[in-house]
Amino acid sequence: MATATAPAKAPAEANATAGARPPYRLRQGLAGWAFATPFTVLFLLFMALPVVASLVMSLTDLRSTDLRTPLAVEFVGLDNYARLLDDTQFRRAALNTAIFVVVGVPLTIAAGLAAASALNSGLVKFRTLFRVGFYLPVVTSIVALAVVWRFLLDPEAGLINNALRAVGVTGPNWLGDPNLALPSIIVMAVWRNFGFLMVIFLAGLQAIPAELYESSRLDGAGRWAQFRYITVPMLRPTLLFGGVVTSIGYLQLFEEPLVMTRGGPLDSTLSVSYHIYNQFGFGNYGYAAAVSYVLFAAIVGLSVLQFRLLGSRD
Amino acid sequence: MRRRDLVARVGLYTVLGAGLLVVVGPFLWAVLSSMKPEAEIRRIPATWWPEVFTLDNYRELLSRLDFPQAFANSAIVAVLTTLGNLAFCSLLGYALAKLRFPGRRALFLVVLGTLMVPSMVTFVPQFVLVSNLGLVNSYGGLILPFLATPFGVFLMRQYLLSIPDELIEAARVDGAGELRIFARIVLPLCGPALATLTILTFLASWNNFLWPLVVATTEDKYTLPVALALYSVGQNRIEYGLVLAGAVAVLLPVVIVFVLLQRHFLRGIATTGLK
Repeated sequence: MATATAPAKAPAEANATAGARPPYRLRQGLAGWAFATPFTVLFLLFMALPVVASLVMSLTDLRSTDLRTPLAVEFVGLDNYARLLDDTQFRRAALNTAIFVVVGVPLTIAAGLAAASALNSGLVKFRTLFRVGFYLPVVTSIVALAVVWRFLLDPEAGLINNALRAVGVTGPNWLGDPNLALPSIIVMAVWRNFGFLMVIFLAGLQAIPAELYESSRLDGAGRWAQFRYITVPMLRPTLLFGGVVTSIGYLQLFEEPLVMTRGGPLDSTLSVSYHIYNQFGFGNYGYAAAVSYVLFAAIVGLSVLQFRLLGSRD
Repeated sequence: MRRRDLVARVGLYTVLGAGLLVVVGPFLWAVLSSMKPEAEIRRIPATWWPEVFTLDNYRELLSRLDFPQAFANSAIVAVLTTLGNLAFCSLLGYALAKLRFPGRRALFLVVLGTLMVPSMVTFVPQFVLVSNLGLVNSYGGLILPFLATPFGVFLMRQYLLSIPDELIEAARVDGAGELRIFARIVLPLCGPALATLTILTFLASWNNFLWPLVVATTEDKYTLPVALALYSVGQNRIEYGLVLAGAVAVLLPVVIVFVLLQRHFLRGIATTGLK
C-alpha cells in the first residue's frame, strides 16, 4: 500500500518540506558536523593539539618544574636537536633500535611467511589449532609476556638453560650479558609477532588464483620455483604492508627492555622510546619531545623507503 | 608419488608441531610454574609438572599486591574506552562515508595523518594537558586520551562505504531524521565492523602500558600491566611464583576470550589488514 501511494505523494511532500525545512544541502551539512563533532573535539584536544605541542616543546627548554610558571620557558631553537648528536646514550639507543628493526623485521616476516605457506599447502586438519596457537602471543599483554620470558631466560631457573643443562651444556646468562641481551629480545619479538603476519599473509595467499599454480605445474615448475615466481610477486602488496606495520611497531620498542633488562646491561638494550621515557622521567620535557620527533621522522622515513623499494613498479 | 606426498606431509606436521610447542610452551610452563612453591621453581633440575601443587602464589597476589583493584581498574578503563570508540568512531565514520558536509575531506585527511604518529610523540604534551586539567591519577585521565582513536574512524568509514546509498536515500524520502537513519538502519548493518572495533579497542586498552604507567601514580589507580611491571621491576631477587601468577592473571582472560571468539578475531584482523 505504501509503495502505491508514494509516487503520487512524493512531489507534493518535497515542495512542502522545501518551504518548512532548510535546504537539503544545508541540512546535510549540519547533520554531518553534528555527527563529526564529538569525535573531532576529543581528537583535536587529545591528539592534534599534542602532536603540534610536541613539536613546539621540542624547540623549548621546557622542564617539569616549569609547568607552574610557563613564562619561564624559553625558545631555544634547534638546541635540543643539536644536543642529540652529542648524547652518547641516545646514539647507543638509536643503534640498538636500528639493530632491533633491521634484524627483527626480516626474521618476523620470514617466520610469518613460512607459517602461512605451511598452513596454506593443502593441509586441512588442525589448521585452526595451529592458527590460534601461533596467534596467541599477539593478543596478549607485552608486559605479561616479558615477565614470562624473563623467567624463561633466567640463567638458573629458566626453561631454556634447563633444557641446555639436560644435554650437558651450561647456558649463558642471556639477559645479563651485554652481547646476548638484545639478541634475546629480538628472538622474543619474533616469537610474539610472527602470528600477526601469518594471518595477514594467509589472507593474501588465499587470494592468489589457483590456476596460476596449476598452469605452472604443467610447465614443469617445482615447489621452490612456484614460491619464487608466483607466490612472492603476487604477495608483494601484502608483504609490503606487513613490513611497514612491523617496522613501525619495532621502531617503538619499549616494554620488553623495561620489564626484562631495564635497558641494561650497560645500555645494551636501551631503545629510543626507553630513552624518551627516561628523559621524561628526569623532567626534560623539551628534550624528550625532540627525541620523539626524531623517532617519528624515522618511522615516516622508513615507511616511505619501503614503499619506494617494494611498491608497485609500473 | 604417493610415498613422497606422505613424507612431505609428515615433515610438514613435524615442523608445525614443533612451532606450536615453541609458541605455546612458554604459556604452559608459566601456568604450571605459577602453581609451584618458590623453592620448587628455583630447583635444579627444573620440574615440568608441579611436585607440590599449591595456589599460595595466587593467594599472595590477592592479599599483597592489591590485584583485585588493578583488575577492576583495567576492566573499567577498557570497557569505557571501548564504548567511547564505538560511539564516536561510528558517528564520524558514517559522516565521512555518507554525508556531504564542508570540510569533510580535510577532516578525513587530518585524522588519517595521525594514524602513524607514535605514542611517544604525544604522551608528553598529553601528560601536561591532563595534569593542567587536574586529571592525573584519575579514571578520566586514564580514559580521555583514548576515547577517540583515528584507527577506529578509518575502520568504520571503510566498512560504511560498502553500504548502498539507496538504503539511506530511501529512508530520507520516507522522512526519517538523520539520527534515526543512523541508529535504526545504518548501525544494525555494521555488526562485523563494530565487532572488530570492539575486540581491537578492548585489547589495546587492556594491554596498554605507557600511558597508565605515567598517569596512574598511586596503587589504587594502577592497571594490571602497570601493577605487574612495577612489582617485577622493583625487585632485585625476583619472586617468580608471585609475578608468574600475576602474569597468568593478566594473560588468562584474554586467552580464553580469544580462543572462544578466534574466528571473529582472525577474520577482523585479515580484512582490516588488507584494506
